[in-house]
Amino acid sequence: MRPNLRVLSIVSALLILVPLVVPSWVVFILTKALFIFIAVLGVALFLRGGQITFGHALFFATGTYTVGFSVKWFELRETLVLVPMGALTGLIMAALVGLIMARYRGVFFAMLNLAFSMILYAILLKLYWVTGGTDGISVGTATFLGLPLPAGTYPFYYFTLVIAGLITYVVYRFLASPLGYFLRAIADNEIRIEYSGESVRRVIYLTYILAGGLGGVSGVLAAFTVGHVVPEDAFWIQSAQFVFIALLGGFEGILGSLMGAVAFEFIQTYSSKYFPYAWQLTLGGIMLLVILFRPGGLWAIYESLVSRFSSKAEGSTHG
Amino acid sequence: MVETPLILQTVDLTKHFGMIKAAERISVEVNQGQLVGIVGANGSGKTTFLNLITGYLKPERGRILFMGRDTTGLPPRVITRLGVARSFQVPQLYTHMNVLECVLLSLAAESGNGGSFWQPLFEESRRAEALETLGRFGLSAYAHRPTSELPEGGRKLLDIALSFALKPKLLLMDEPTSGVSIEDKFEVMDTLVKVLQESNVTTIFVEHDMEVVQRYGWRVLVFDEGQVIADGKPDNVLADPEVRKTVLGRV
Amino acid sequence: MDIGLLTIIIFDGLNYAATLFLISVGLTLVYGVLRILNISHGAIYGLGAYMATWLTILFLDKGLPVYLSYFMLLMGAVIIGLITGPTIERLCLRRIYGSDMHIQLLLTFSILLILDDAMKLIWGVEPMFMSGPYTLLGQFSVGGIIYPRYTFLLIGVSASFGVFLVWLVRGTRYGKLVISVIQDREISVAMGINVGLIYTAAFTMGALSAAIGGAFIAPTISVAPGFAAEVVVMAFAVVAIGGMGNLEGAALGSLIVGLARALAIHLVAELELAVIYLIMVLVLAFRPQGLFGAVEERRI
Repeated sequence: MRPNLRVLSIVSALLILVPLVVPSWVVFILTKALFIFIAVLGVALFLRGGQITFGHALFFATGTYTVGFSVKWFELRETLVLVPMGALTGLIMAALVGLIMARYRGVFFAMLNLAFSMILYAILLKLYWVTGGTDGISVGTATFLGLPLPAGTYPFYYFTLVIAGLITYVVYRFLASPLGYFLRAIADNEIRIEYSGESVRRVIYLTYILAGGLGGVSGVLAAFTVGHVVPEDAFWIQSAQFVFIALLGGFEGILGSLMGAVAFEFIQTYSSKYFPYAWQLTLGGIMLLVILFRPGGLWAIYESLVSRFSSKAEGSTHG
Repeated sequence: MVETPLILQTVDLTKHFGMIKAAERISVEVNQGQLVGIVGANGSGKTTFLNLITGYLKPERGRILFMGRDTTGLPPRVITRLGVARSFQVPQLYTHMNVLECVLLSLAAESGNGGSFWQPLFEESRRAEALETLGRFGLSAYAHRPTSELPEGGRKLLDIALSFALKPKLLLMDEPTSGVSIEDKFEVMDTLVKVLQESNVTTIFVEHDMEVVQRYGWRVLVFDEGQVIADGKPDNVLADPEVRKTVLGRV
Repeated sequence: MDIGLLTIIIFDGLNYAATLFLISVGLTLVYGVLRILNISHGAIYGLGAYMATWLTILFLDKGLPVYLSYFMLLMGAVIIGLITGPTIERLCLRRIYGSDMHIQLLLTFSILLILDDAMKLIWGVEPMFMSGPYTLLGQFSVGGIIYPRYTFLLIGVSASFGVFLVWLVRGTRYGKLVISVIQDREISVAMGINVGLIYTAAFTMGALSAAIGGAFIAPTISVAPGFAAEVVVMAFAVVAIGGMGNLEGAALGSLIVGLARALAIHLVAELELAVIYLIMVLVLAFRPQGLFGAVEERRI
């Protein structure tokens, strides 16, 4: 997978400069879009391998409750500690659950994933004396090196942007590596993989761990952006939203997930403001149109626009 | 011919599917460097033999020894890692990648870097080696094209190239020229045999076309109903009317 | 454990099992025939509940005798089933047969979102409650513990519907046609079977099942937005446990989960919600195809 540096620099420039000229609620939306983007990357990875994870909320909630418990038990709100912590707890959760998950594919993979996340949801809901039950845990304001980092502000946004940038780099390196290509190959031909001496199960397991880390980081950022953590963070609808966004944006390129996340956040915010009982309908309708006419998502729409306006690139491949 | 060390040995290899005897007490020995053809009517057990050696099927009885090591019952992935590679009757390619990427993946797997996270697939020396391999198989022109654009002969060659890129000690080919047009058959085999001889890979290939076996094989095994009924130099074996009746009479 | 507790647990278990079966049998039927996992199943269930409740309240207000309200429930379900079934199948599902699974899941999820909001727009967000059908049957007490009689109705509806479906699929000519379509679509087409019609009919049957489930469970709860989401994932769990596409599997899965949940509620309350998913993990870990599911063959 080659980095499209031109697109990357344009997007980076937009993400850095646009917030300076827009109202603060747009900055807030972009902040949310960024951490959603990080979580969605985890789902997009598996889609490239022809698998669906319907339980990504498991890792997302692992991340959010890492912050929740850290605040509740230790009054610790330091982002420089908690972001790596979230990655770690996500990785560990994935390493454990992945031992079972890696044995499955297709619809069974999706279903089993779902089951694990719903078990976490049930635990978070029922063990209210530990987790706060339906009320969840309020986490307050994050700190950076001890200084307050309130959500919705510029410092918080740029902090999230930096994390997103690092994550993008990590995922890019992953996709360019043999492991990343073997992941892609799972969707094409598992037999050839096994007959090359590689273990499909191991590829899935390692990818699962990466996805877990992504979900955990996303959860930590989400917790501070939203201000509290709730059991619904592990509910299947949350997982479905991630899948939804991954497909809306298109999973061919990393930036597709970013486009999907931004589009989703704007649509959701606008529709719930103007048609509070119809924003799901709006989203569902848009998605129907995408599926029926452009299943490659927003990224595919972007690429076809690009190829219409410039000369065909020679021998470019989809990574 | 000077006797080279044994690379493959099967002892009493047996596999039944219900009433069908797909393999019945097959005992063969193959020495390093040989180019062995396997012929037989449809259903005589040729592909079953390959499937048994590569670990896709487990024998009911008997043993398989690869370079002196018992590999009976090991899964295909492990057997591949030990040095046995195989190509397929229906080419097993990665449908959404281009030709170069497929070869790169094989090379990465072979060098033990398949699980590598950080090192790029398109690493310089690997890329050079992949291009060189494609050149040897005559596929250079397709390097950056998706595998779906390959013609049938090219798909076969790529399938074999992917197995070859694993630097196996023993290469098993399942009907390398099937599906290839008659004009191209010998061209494909010429390319293949040249590459194989240059690298001294022991090769066993299943083949329907007796002409091909006669022209390229140093040794031929004739299968019939799961048993090896003849074993020797192609001209001698195929001159036997019994063998001809078996192989041709029921085709 | 004393006999009283055991009775309660069995009673609760069967009640819950009946509920689960009505929720999940349609989902497994649709998967079995169309090979599609229909996420919008939960929304059809919700629509059934809403329509049944609304119709019943409407007619009760107009003076309908309460004992006829059950007929109204059925009517509501049938209306929803017959509207949503063919509409969704012809308009949307037709286009994605044979598509990748993620496309199918996404399409049905989008339909769920649309229908979920449709329910809010049509019936508002205030919970609707009808007391007639439930209280009419009253209660009975055994050993000092009170049980509602409606539970028996629910179990009866659930069981007879299950038997009806099994008869339909195994015992009738239509059922045999459906099975032949499942096994080999191309040959069925070549034999002149109208495969398109069979798919529509099968999906409509699934929609009817969901609607009937919603309609008959509605009297036991207050119908409010958002419960479609809870229902879908439970249906998924039961279907996965029983084996995707298998009717008997849905029945057995419902029984196991229902009884397990009843046990949990009365003995280890914290596990109540998690039980269904724990069973799912346990079954899938040892038998990924479910209890009665078919193993998918690998080919080389």
